[in-house]
Amino acid sequence: MLKELVLILMAGVLVNNYVLQQFLGICPFLGVSKKFDQASGMGIAVTFVMLCATAVTWPLYLLLEYLKLEYLQTIVFILVIAALVQFVEIVLKRFIPALHKSLGVYLPLITTNCAVLGVTINNITDGYNFLESMISSLGVGLGFLLAMVLFAGVRSRIENCPSPKCFKGVPITLVAASIVALAFFGFAGVVENLLA
Amino acid sequence: MSNNKKLSILLRGIIAENPVLILILGTCPSLAMSTSVISALSMGLAATVVLIGSNAVISALRHVIPDTVRIPCYIVIIAAFVTAVQMLLEAYLPSIYDMLGVYLALIVVNCIILGRAEMFARKNNVLDSIFDGLGMGIGFLVALVLIATVREVLGAGSFAGFEIPFISSFKIPILVKAPGGFLVYGIIIAVMNKLTEKRGGVKKKDFSCEGCPSAHLCTKTSCSELTELAAEALDTAIESKELEIENAEVKEDVENA
Repeated sequence: MLKELVLILMAGVLVNNYVLQQFLGICPFLGVSKKFDQASGMGIAVTFVMLCATAVTWPLYLLLEYLKLEYLQTIVFILVIAALVQFVEIVLKRFIPALHKSLGVYLPLITTNCAVLGVTINNITDGYNFLESMISSLGVGLGFLLAMVLFAGVRSRIENCPSPKCFKGVPITLVAASIVALAFFGFAGVVENLLA
Repeated sequence: MSNNKKLSILLRGIIAENPVLILILGTCPSLAMSTSVISALSMGLAATVVLIGSNAVISALRHVIPDTVRIPCYIVIIAAFVTAVQMLLEAYLPSIYDMLGVYLALIVVNCIILGRAEMFARKNNVLDSIFDGLGMGIGFLVALVLIATVREVLGAGSFAGFEIPFISSFKIPILVKAPGGFLVYGIIIAVMNKLTEKRGGVKKKDFSCEGCPSAHLCTKTSCSELTELAAEALDTAIESKELEIENAEVKEDVENA
């Protein structure tokens, strides 16, 4: 049981890294990774929202299943995530102002982050139970954080390097992301042998 | 005259303001669904249908939807169209439904669609919005197929599933995997830069959140951050100046003594 949970966690962080292997959440990955602080702040905020979203959407899907309304999944999930993000922001502002000050600015941007919606839908499709879903969300969130932080480091180097004129800006960033993704490619097959 | 305007709206989405290659929007599906030409075509068509539908409905309701809650309203309308497309594909084309997987549901959060609602449909009439949706949809489709062609031909040695005799013995499998997606997309944008540069019409490209519905929050953030930083810098400057004056005073006192 514990072994399976560790496997789900490690798979989310390294092997099935949402950003670098599955192309989910590319917009914030490329947009907010210019500075280390912003990248880590965004990563932590996304992890937090993913955990909250999974905690709400998983029981909600049971309700939809009971009412035989599974086809409403997409609409219900995106609305719940949008409302949840607003709610979390209000609660943080009221009760934990310090945390709101550091995470608050990133919260509104997360509503339309496809990684959050993606992880909630994938948890349902993969047939995880509640605990497994939470662990999987944690793993995916940490994987996102890891990718953001690593890439922020790579990017700060690129900004100072001379590159061909037509490669400046977006293209060189994408090529660098490709090389970071290549590095993560090496993790394929690691998790299966980790606990064997 | 009016026909010309419609045509220019249509063409703008395909060439001058291509959402994927020029505006850099909708990067997630364009990277994930460009491993083969077939999946790129299906993704592009599904997104085009949603884009035309949502643009038409949002434009028709543009005087009804209150400004303050417009984003949630748009999301509901878009999600409804996505659900309809999902159900249709599941019923009639199950193989494509399986191939698109979670990315089909994720059309909801595709910034191209929300972006067009925000930038075009809420300010223009229904017919223009439909043409804009069609143009942007075709632009998305063309860009996706372009990326997919490069990746499939060089990476898998085939085109739309048909094997190409010579190239298939020299294929580069990494191009159809995740790193290849970033690489090919980056190089294609670089080539586009080079081509537009020659014509003199160089547009500044960045991961601008131009089409992102939360863009105003984003820029607001950076602005407030800048002000904070400036205030901090000012504070430290004043402090160091005060320290200097104090030191000078102390020095004077010592000298006097």
